[in-house]
Amino acid sequence: MPVPPQLRCCDASGCRSAGGQALRTALEGARDAAGLDPAALTIKPVGCLRLCGSGPLVACDGPGPTQLFGGVAAEHAGALIAAGISSGSGDALAAHRLDLEDPFFALQQPVVLEGCGHVNPESIDDALAFGTYAQLHRVLQELTPEQVRDEVRRSGLRGRGGAGYPTGLKWDTVALQPPGPRYVVCNADEGDPGAFMDRSVLESDPHRLIEGMAIAAYAVGAERGFVYVRAEYPLAIERLRLALQQARSRHLLGNHIDGTTFNLRLEVRVGAGAYVCGEETALLRSIQGQRGMPQPRPPFPAQSGLWGAPTLINNVETFTAVPAILRQGGDWYAAIGTEHSKGTKVFALSGAVVNTGLVEVPMGTPLRTVVEVIGGGVPDGSPIKAVQTGGPSGGCIPAERLDTPVDYESLLELGSMMGSGGMVVMGGATSMPEVARHFMGFSVNESCGKCVPCRAGTVQLAQLLDRFVERRATPADLERLDALCQMVKVTSLCGLGQSAPNPVLSTLRWFRHEYEAACREPATCVAAGGVER
Amino acid sequence: MLTVAPAVASKGRWQTIGMSTSAPASTDPRIAQVIRRHGARADALIEVLHQVQELHGYLAPESLRDVATGMGLPLSRVHGVASFYHLFRLEPPTAHRCAVCLGTACYVKGGAQVAAAIEQRLGVRLDDPAGDGVWALQHVSCLGACGQAPVLVVDGELVTRLPVDQPEALAARLEASGLPQRTIT
Repeated sequence: MPVPPQLRCCDASGCRSAGGQALRTALEGARDAAGLDPAALTIKPVGCLRLCGSGPLVACDGPGPTQLFGGVAAEHAGALIAAGISSGSGDALAAHRLDLEDPFFALQQPVVLEGCGHVNPESIDDALAFGTYAQLHRVLQELTPEQVRDEVRRSGLRGRGGAGYPTGLKWDTVALQPPGPRYVVCNADEGDPGAFMDRSVLESDPHRLIEGMAIAAYAVGAERGFVYVRAEYPLAIERLRLALQQARSRHLLGNHIDGTTFNLRLEVRVGAGAYVCGEETALLRSIQGQRGMPQPRPPFPAQSGLWGAPTLINNVETFTAVPAILRQGGDWYAAIGTEHSKGTKVFALSGAVVNTGLVEVPMGTPLRTVVEVIGGGVPDGSPIKAVQTGGPSGGCIPAERLDTPVDYESLLELGSMMGSGGMVVMGGATSMPEVARHFMGFSVNESCGKCVPCRAGTVQLAQLLDRFVERRATPADLERLDALCQMVKVTSLCGLGQSAPNPVLSTLRWFRHEYEAACREPATCVAAGGVER
Repeated sequence: MLTVAPAVASKGRWQTIGMSTSAPASTDPRIAQVIRRHGARADALIEVLHQVQELHGYLAPESLRDVATGMGLPLSRVHGVASFYHLFRLEPPTAHRCAVCLGTACYVKGGAQVAAAIEQRLGVRLDDPAGDGVWALQHVSCLGACGQAPVLVVDGELVTRLPVDQPEALAARLEASGLPQRTIT
């Protein structure tokens, strides 16, 4: 049966801020003006169409191949309607047509994002028609929890929140705790500056996340769960709440799901602006209505989490990958990526790069492919200086290491980390001590104050970095910077403090000459061959 | 010399509660209603504080006391939570607010210059919650709109892709987004 032509309009927050909603209204008006029946040309709000920097985006599934248009406004509505019902796009849209064969689109492999940009995030019927919840149904009817965990273990999926802990192992740990209540928690407290993968998934395909969480809950024996979303994402919260309500009304959540004995209650918990709550023990305290202060591990949340019960915590992307893994099999997923980092990873590409937006590629793709081929390099054609990954916990990878494959281990070896997936490209104008100072300021603000190395150490580091930024540092400051970074790294209580020195350490490692050149009397520092702004 | 990070933000107001000797005022019925909706569960505290802040624009000492009484929690616990999270305001907000994003992507694309331009324009200091009494400018550490960097929020409206390198165009965009020119340049 031929699908009637449709216009898919990005209605995620990026394109909304670029005027996406007004455009959709104009399209509906133009369709009426053309005397077309709504059934003859569907105008559908969808989630992220990837190339956020060129919004608002409209995908045209007309009689011919799909066409994508960017930067379109209300005045293009008539031409877009015409493109929807005929196969050409006309001159009016020539400047707005985006090439879907461009590497930005062609090199992507959507697994987590397969529904993003296709389903209407506010319609459960649309999600069901796309196949969402089919795996939950199959799992409940045909598989035991052990079989589900086995499939996830076989997939080799590792936690996409940044640390890369094997997901199957974590699920087993929770499932094999002594009998009693268990919880599933989705960490959607995406606080790393430069990261917007989870926001995009929540705004674009919330039912897929709910399905993944429900499968996880079944696999570990949990009957209650929470999605902890940062308050800075109002549209994501609104769509997730709506999706949960729709899922409840269709008995995909609640008691006796799908006629089985499986029960699951899911709730949204909204953060209140504390980066440290992305740390799992702090997040659990915040869900319980407390100050989000981390606690020493062990016990790990998998053993003792919410209200002392075993608690499974995974990131948005991890849960969202699960339905596809169940559908295609763990072996299929494991065949993508590298030996130790399997599957695909979603990156949020931004900064000094031509194509900014959402990118999903197989693990092991060289960094250069991501930032130069997919991203298109620096807008003015100048060379890339560094790529920042892992947010305030990660580091800056220098241009000469761009051929590194993107996987957990390779990025760690370079002194950075995968992190949640933010990738910020930096051009020649960016000063590395200033970048380090920028991140340290962030860590000072976000330190919860519980342990001294982080609370006081980050302040001292920021003050030291000020001296470099203001070009009044001495060689002794450079030594002090090295020593203090090590101290904060090894003695802080939680991941925030332990990784807070990483942006400094990685820029010291790859761009030490810039620190040396920033000393008050550069001659007193070794070989001050610094890159000047 | 050791300076300590301001882990607990605004403490000034709290001292006035502890020293207050007047009898507690009767509970605000709207706050009582918010608490009832959550069944007074201790884990709902953050959600309750969100909703009380929505009612009043900020969390006044009286409101915190009402929440503590209504939820049967120690006032220290309620204040501890309210002062921990950045989004809870313990002081009345200014009538208009602007938040400039200084996340990494915005930073790389000149967010700091945008902040400086607005400081000049409004005649306020970045991150001074009192501002000039009408306008206040604060920084935020990432709005997840990195694809449109640099961005800012003016009274709840997201403004994107600011032309940092073109001072006149930038001034025009700031003007159009509702930020008044309050200083003579």
